[in-house]
Amino acid sequence: MMSNFMTWIDDRFPATKVWNEHIAQYYAPKNFNFWYFFGSLAMLVLVNQILTGIWLTMNYNPSAEGAFASIEFIRRDVEWGHLLLGMHATGASAFFVVVYLHMFRGLIYGSFRKPRELVWIFGMIIFVLLMAEGFMGYLLPWGNMSYWGAQVIINLFSAVPVVGEDLAIWIRGDFIISGATLNRFFALHVVALPMALLLMVFLHIVALHKVGSNNPDGIDIKKLKDENGIPLDGIPFHPYYTVKDIVGVGVFLFIFCWIIFFNPEMGGYFLEAPNFTPADPLKTPDHIAPVWYFTPYYSILKAVPSQGLGVIAMAASLVVLFFLPWLDRSKVLSIRYKSPIFKVALTLFVISFFILGYLGMKAPNEMRTLVARICTIYYFAFFVLMPWWSQWGTTKPVPERVTH
Amino acid sequence: MVDEGVDLEKRRFLTWATAGVGAVGAGFIAVPFLGSWNPSEKAKAAGAPVEFDLDKVEVGQMVKVKWQGKPVFVVRRDEKTIESLKSMSDLKDSGSADAGTKQPEGLDTVTRSLKPEIAVIVGICTHLGCVPQHKKETEVSWGGGFFCPCHGSKFDLAGRVFNGSPASVNLEVPKYKYLADNRIIIGVAEGEAS
Repeated sequence: MMSNFMTWIDDRFPATKVWNEHIAQYYAPKNFNFWYFFGSLAMLVLVNQILTGIWLTMNYNPSAEGAFASIEFIRRDVEWGHLLLGMHATGASAFFVVVYLHMFRGLIYGSFRKPRELVWIFGMIIFVLLMAEGFMGYLLPWGNMSYWGAQVIINLFSAVPVVGEDLAIWIRGDFIISGATLNRFFALHVVALPMALLLMVFLHIVALHKVGSNNPDGIDIKKLKDENGIPLDGIPFHPYYTVKDIVGVGVFLFIFCWIIFFNPEMGGYFLEAPNFTPADPLKTPDHIAPVWYFTPYYSILKAVPSQGLGVIAMAASLVVLFFLPWLDRSKVLSIRYKSPIFKVALTLFVISFFILGYLGMKAPNEMRTLVARICTIYYFAFFVLMPWWSQWGTTKPVPERVTH
Repeated sequence: MVDEGVDLEKRRFLTWATAGVGAVGAGFIAVPFLGSWNPSEKAKAAGAPVEFDLDKVEVGQMVKVKWQGKPVFVVRRDEKTIESLKSMSDLKDSGSADAGTKQPEGLDTVTRSLKPEIAVIVGICTHLGCVPQHKKETEVSWGGGFFCPCHGSKFDLAGRVFNGSPASVNLEVPKYKYLADNRIIIGVAEGEAS
């Protein structure tokens, strides 16, 4: 009965074929470690954001007059509203946590290198869309931090020569941030960007399954195959990695739920205190800082003593990441076999990225600006000089088979 | 139908011509989508001028007036402040000569105002649009003025930007004129009918 049914389906739609090609007979390297949890976790958070987002839309009022009150309404009066709100707000930060870790995995194991350039580029587009999604979503509660955060970011566009001022007005739909801005951000946040995100996630996975996953050794497992054409170091994604990922999901949910239940503001990092006051166009909060996931780039913006160049530097700090596949010229992919120079350079990069992130949350002073400038220079030097320094030092020999 | 093979050149021409016409059509249909993002008629109409009574401002004090939805700072400066503005150093553009500076014609270059004691300045940082805070001379070490909490830009009490600030341009001075000795209207230039 069941097999007849599947035959009927398969004659009309490639259900079994797709299942096998992408799940049951998709051979992934058998040495995936801790760092390989974060792709599937990002998918989980995406589902969380879409589900809770749809439910929040049912009670949210996208207007300058009603937005702030409707958030309070959801938090206090809607049954389970506080939980849906908490899942969505914490989910936003969780999304960036897992995506940053996912990207770091790519960086240490060289997952962006040939032939996975497009996987990386689709991933970078997802990252940029996610930043847009986070930024526009942050305006929707219409708190005072929402308002002034949006004001600052939209004003970045006014640094564009000649048309900048008009461009900023065009984006706002008004001469200041107003209900017009809120409504269009709502439309983009709940319809346009999620659709674009889903499409890019689809392309990211299609590209990945065309070339196959990299692994902690940075070895091509397709070189050595058994008599059936199955990679010797490959295991089917299902059930091996589906089961492994479920363990990751379990641990992730412990932490995620702990934050939602006991610490939804995360000490002001996930939800900022000024955002519990309604938007006030006449008063910027005493200390304005973006949410933590934007702060490294925000630091770069602040570090440059000129508006136009600051904006260019901030944009460049993201654009440079797109070129990573062509910047790394090392003979080997994985950090395991790279020269110590890579490990030192990468460690310093991680340190400067964290320092930039920290400084982006703090009010500027001379010392902090100086440190931010040094870290900014290092951030760019790390990437721009990579074609040279990645070839320095001696690499270790790469084994034939994966190690684990 | 005559079987003479395919005229590839004609086919290529038709393909490109069709694509070209299609692209022009796509360009036209983009207009309403992009245009709908411009400020609505309602938003454009909201920028009416506002009147303000200067008696409300004590010496050294700053009062915010809302004009076009933006805060406008009105500050009453004393003699000492006006003197110090003349010798202010470390400014990026002390004469407001930068083409990006927005201010009406006919202002004094140092005080950037119609009357030296009253400063009228749009309270939107020229860097990224936060509202700077008013700092009195006694509050800070750099002579007082406006400090933007977002990115640390500093301006003097004439709204001129100090060196080392991320902002490159002096604060905007709106069009305004005196209706009487102690009454101004913001949004109308000298000589314009209000």
